[in-house]
Amino acid sequence: MSPLLEVDDLRIHAQTDEGAQVPIVKGVSFALNRGEVVALIGESGSGKTTIALSALGYTKPGLEFGGGEVRLDGRDIVSMGAEEKRALRGQQVAYLAQSAAASFNPALTIGEQVTESTVMRGLMDQEAANQRAMELYRALELPDPELLGRRYPHQVSGGQLQRLMAAMALCGKPDLLVLDEPTTALDVTTQIEVLKAFKSVIQQEGSAALYVTHDLSVVAQIADYIVVLYSGEIQEYGPVDEILNRPTHAYTQRLMAAVRPPPAAGQGDEGTGEHRRDVPAIEVRNLTAGYGGKGGSKAIKVLQDINVTIERGHSVGVIGESGCGKSTLARVISGLLPAMEGEVLLDGEPLAPGLRKRNREELQKIQFVFQMADTALNPKHRIDSILGRPLEFYLSPGRREKAKRVADLLQMVELPTDFSVRYPEELSGGQKQRINLARALSASPEVLLCDEVISALDSIVGANVIELLKRLRKRTGVTFVFISHDLSTVASFADDIVVLYAGRVVEQGPTDHVLSPPYHPYTRLLISSVPELRVGWLEETMETREAKAGIDRVVELTEVGCPFFSRCPLAIPGTCDNLTPPIRDLGSRHKIECHRSLEEFRGEA
Amino acid sequence: MLMDAVLRRTAVGVLTLFLVSVLIFIGTSVLPGDVANIILGQMATPESLAVIRDKLGLDEPAYIRYFIWLGNLLTGDLGISKAGAGFGTIGTPISEMIAPRFINTLRLSAAVAIIAIPLSLTLGLLAAMYPGSRLDRTITFMTLGLISVPEFLVATFLVLVVAVHLDLLPATAYISGKETGMKLVRALAMPTLTLVIVASSQIMRMTRATVLNVMSSPYIEMAILKGVPRKRIILRHALFNAVGPIVNVIALNLAYLVSGVVIVETIFAYPGLAKLMVEAVQTRDLPLVQACAMIFCATYISLIFIADMASILSNPRLRHPK
Repeated sequence: MSPLLEVDDLRIHAQTDEGAQVPIVKGVSFALNRGEVVALIGESGSGKTTIALSALGYTKPGLEFGGGEVRLDGRDIVSMGAEEKRALRGQQVAYLAQSAAASFNPALTIGEQVTESTVMRGLMDQEAANQRAMELYRALELPDPELLGRRYPHQVSGGQLQRLMAAMALCGKPDLLVLDEPTTALDVTTQIEVLKAFKSVIQQEGSAALYVTHDLSVVAQIADYIVVLYSGEIQEYGPVDEILNRPTHAYTQRLMAAVRPPPAAGQGDEGTGEHRRDVPAIEVRNLTAGYGGKGGSKAIKVLQDINVTIERGHSVGVIGESGCGKSTLARVISGLLPAMEGEVLLDGEPLAPGLRKRNREELQKIQFVFQMADTALNPKHRIDSILGRPLEFYLSPGRREKAKRVADLLQMVELPTDFSVRYPEELSGGQKQRINLARALSASPEVLLCDEVISALDSIVGANVIELLKRLRKRTGVTFVFISHDLSTVASFADDIVVLYAGRVVEQGPTDHVLSPPYHPYTRLLISSVPELRVGWLEETMETREAKAGIDRVVELTEVGCPFFSRCPLAIPGTCDNLTPPIRDLGSRHKIECHRSLEEFRGEA
Repeated sequence: MLMDAVLRRTAVGVLTLFLVSVLIFIGTSVLPGDVANIILGQMATPESLAVIRDKLGLDEPAYIRYFIWLGNLLTGDLGISKAGAGFGTIGTPISEMIAPRFINTLRLSAAVAIIAIPLSLTLGLLAAMYPGSRLDRTITFMTLGLISVPEFLVATFLVLVVAVHLDLLPATAYISGKETGMKLVRALAMPTLTLVIVASSQIMRMTRATVLNVMSSPYIEMAILKGVPRKRIILRHALFNAVGPIVNVIALNLAYLVSGVVIVETIFAYPGLAKLMVEAVQTRDLPLVQACAMIFCATYISLIFIADMASILSNPRLRHPK
């Protein structure tokens, strides 16, 4: 039997404004049989999404096909007319985008969007299509399948939306699914659920899939074959087992090396202690914070009763699922968001809650590194003016002194000094993030708040930025507060870990203590949800008790009891849902907030 | 959440109207001379002035006069004009003077709205459907050209071509209020045409920009990759999300039609409300100026309110809270 999809010497190029052609995909060939999953893997710019979209006969604006064929069931898609391509899309080949939140039209109901492609072509009437959609909602284990179709995208959670996009793609019973990084934007706990749903639905429906990702651990769970891409060319192509266990190409080996090991004790980067003083750099006391509450709107609490001590020269990882309040904590410390109750101390002195009331010295000592370097750096400013602005504001150096400082800063983040005359758009993602770091460092801060600084970067680039951060803290003695939803990253970098859940600190302490038993049940869930780079991990994990009890439930900040109650495998009904859990001090600054005793944790371990 | 938003907007609207009434009252009060002066003229004796002032309550302190005026306004009594003075009475009730003029203005605005809104929406959507095409470039060129030309120039030019050279339509648009059928259409044609040109260009530009902006969002790409035809993408996926800004620019243009058409009404000698206000200013008929200004502001605020409501209602997050 001939393959379902054959990509044969495919070439795609970009058309520049000057009329020149820049090759993006340089002669790629591979094949995909029915019932198989082929993963396209590589970093951003490798052409993986461009190749995947060619299976729908589509190129992003500015790109065009330059040669080769993409044959679906023997018919070449590239040479098809617009109407022929349109007939194909959504029926024979369906697409799942990276961000379901952006890919669902906010103004239309979920049901209309899921069934649209099928009903529009008259393949089913609305009634039959709704039935089909409902079956898919059930198969994807979505809540309330009967009512889901009438809801709007903003009324369901991110993980549910991602699964709904799978329903949208599967509604027309396509032969081929194209999945473009469908779990990259999700929390680990949600990712497991979505991966499992995708995998079982692909098996049930017997369709083939082209799976685009940069995450090798995800590939190990879902793919049969792997195509490793770099700069529009295939580096290595083969069965998943072979590539993961016996990678032959140097680039594949580099990709494997950048995969962080599962979080465990002993990976942490202990501070040397040389920068320590008696007074902690930052102390957060009984902090409650949130949004609203002004002008009659209802106040929404995001953080409740937070107590955190951050020692000078330490790096502290703040971890938790999206919506747990970790970014809010950084915003409160920086003064962007004044607290509702409680206080923040810098070097033992209380800080004013709002930015306006803080003096220049206090502002200088705490600097913020934002998640998206793309939006944090002004595209109209040259790098030297981006770095020079805080220098002028805080240190007012002379002209020559300023130029020297800018050069020093560039060296510090390991970029060539002639970058000072460039503009942000001339830099790659990783380079922009380095500039973003240098901008914060230019104020000579004592505390650096890093909000998800590597989550938008590819694995290799991200790993390099982490190494840079480690060297920077040894050199400068700056205290790092490192916010991330990725436990493996935090484990490899932080001295201390603070685990946030629904606005409360559930566990905190030195990394090695937090990551070795006894755990808070939520910490255990987080650790067990990080995908491992081996085939079969997903199935094993889904069988564990944590996964069955705790995955993808609604996270709510509760006024009484423990917020983790509804997801906790160890919950004690009657106690955990009514009483605020006590804080158990396990020594060496390690604290767990839970009703279960130390002995019970040990017994569970 | 929806009710909250509606109530808040209503409250803001009422508050704005109240503040405007204070401003209008202060504005007309600081002008030299009062109504008694105006009615009796320069040569009035102090005694007769005192009689009129007493009769009209002009001796009361300003804030009391304001509340009396506001109270009358709310009960539909717009006051008394200086017009008709000298015939032994104090004047004509303003409401009688305004009513026919207001109807004329509404007639003109309605005619413009009926033509301009569908026309500009269609052109804007066509331009957005095929960006960069010859059609788009033609539409863009024409509308940008017309936006840049001031309306008195458009009006004068139309008079020159249509009325003087081609002799198709009358150069003035005077109507007595009794015209019907073709006569009315002929009278309204020239000012309507001028205003359609001015108003359409803006609505069309805004429609094109908003729809194009929506067209670059990921959910439109998703719709393309689902095989949805172009027409359905524009009409079902894009337009729904562009309603807010488009309705706002339509409302602003309609408000302008009611209150800002002084120039057009003057050029064509069209007896609308704006022209009445200009006449009132010329004859220093302060109560009439106040009344006209209040009507303009009320229209403006109500139209903006309607536009706000439309954008709130078109937002699924507010219509269907979690």
